[in-house]
Amino acid sequence: MRAEAHDNPEYGEAGPQPVTRTGAGRNSATVAAMQVPAPFQYERATSVEHALALLSQLGEAGSEVRILAGGHSLLPMMKLRLATPEHLIDIDDLAAELGYVREHDSAEGGPEIRIGAMTRHRELLESPLLAARARIFTDAERVIADPVVRNRGTIGGALCQADPSEDLSAVCAAVGARMVIRGLDGERVVEMDEFHRGPYQTCVAADEILIEIRVPAPAGAGSAYEKVDRRAGDWAVVAAGASITLGPDGAVTEAGIGLAAVGAGVSCPRAQASLLGGPPTADAIEHAATIAAEQEAAPVTDQRGSAEYKRHVAGVLVTRALTRAAARAAGSGG
Amino acid sequence: MRVAMTVNDADRAADAEPRTLLVHFLREQLRLTGTHWGCDTSNCGMCVVLMDGEPVKSCTVLAATASGHSIRTVEGLEVDGRLDPVQEGFREMHGLQCGFCTPGMMLTARALLDRRAAQAHPEPLTDAEIREAISGQICRCTGYTTIVRAIRWAAEHELADDKTAGTQPVHASLGGESCR
Repeated sequence: MRAEAHDNPEYGEAGPQPVTRTGAGRNSATVAAMQVPAPFQYERATSVEHALALLSQLGEAGSEVRILAGGHSLLPMMKLRLATPEHLIDIDDLAAELGYVREHDSAEGGPEIRIGAMTRHRELLESPLLAARARIFTDAERVIADPVVRNRGTIGGALCQADPSEDLSAVCAAVGARMVIRGLDGERVVEMDEFHRGPYQTCVAADEILIEIRVPAPAGAGSAYEKVDRRAGDWAVVAAGASITLGPDGAVTEAGIGLAAVGAGVSCPRAQASLLGGPPTADAIEHAATIAAEQEAAPVTDQRGSAEYKRHVAGVLVTRALTRAAARAAGSGG
Repeated sequence: MRVAMTVNDADRAADAEPRTLLVHFLREQLRLTGTHWGCDTSNCGMCVVLMDGEPVKSCTVLAATASGHSIRTVEGLEVDGRLDPVQEGFREMHGLQCGFCTPGMMLTARALLDRRAAQAHPEPLTDAEIREAISGQICRCTGYTTIVRAIRWAAEHELADDKTAGTQPVHASLGGESCR
């Protein structure tokens, strides 16, 4: 994701990344002007197992360690001293092992799309599978940063950074994605609600790595993403994702709504539940959008707009996303 | 640490701190100052270079990460005294004013044309595709119209093939034609 940490109030003192060791014995004014990260030790992992071994070994030695994926969120934060890890484990070489979008028939959950954590934004945007079966990703990727940034940024990096204005957390919440997290002792699979703990916080432990995102892709599902930003490629003022699955009778069997940039949470359980069992009529969608905007969004006033404005936009975007998702579900799917 | 990479088809290596960003490694360690250094926050796109053929913002890539990869900078566009069709296009269509964004713009254009060539794209390049490709890069002279024309010129002259565009020696191509 692109760097705009200075422009995001969520990066302030109250954030989970305390500003520590600023300057670390150097002339901090000069360092700030040069926009270079504070010194760190660099390790380059050649496999997931290697990265996990490094995490464990450095963690036991008491070091503050961060994983570097595409680097388009972490490096800007390091330049601003909002993150000052002592060790970086660069997992760029894992793009071969963890860069994929593929179909999988899950034994218990039906068909799903599995996305490797090192899959870059560009690959998500250009994936024919996602464009056919989970168009919310294609919609969102079109408006994430710009083409050059999308060449580097990864889905795993975006989700683990968990910037409050970040788009893919809302996308994953809307489609009910599950996250596969690996440690030296094995893997665990968690729902988005457990994964995403708030701004810059996830359930991934210090000795674990997010390796895969599993997206349910049942027949009769449709999804869409809507975003309002101040200029092309910017962080969202507000964004909303939605997914709808229709049964043979045209009633909603599954519904998902995800929000970006309007508070700590990304999911809308009450609004989702209101849609179940009936057809996705304009009234039903309007009702769900009102619940999401009035009860589940928690926007704050900042330089991107007032809380009142953002709440209004959230309602409009949820309505639009649900309407498009329902049309796609009733049409060719995706 | 020792950082080694291929830059413009030549093996280059230098010592650098792990925190050294690719843009500074290229400019300061290798003295390749054609890559410009702008906003430093991955917004402006002045520092775009090609990493394994694809444009990246070199202010937001560690030199250590680029180690072992192939980097192409604006200095690598001209080969043996012959301008790249993209460079010819920028000259023919007045694709630059102050020139600060030009290296990054030209490299993104090069990658766009290379990707199309690799895919044997049958459709002609549209202005919308060009504008999308350069949308992560800012021209503060706001000369986008001529930049788009320059890239389209390069695409058209590449199609015509390597026989015309890019085969004029630099000294000859600085002659009368460019003054039209």
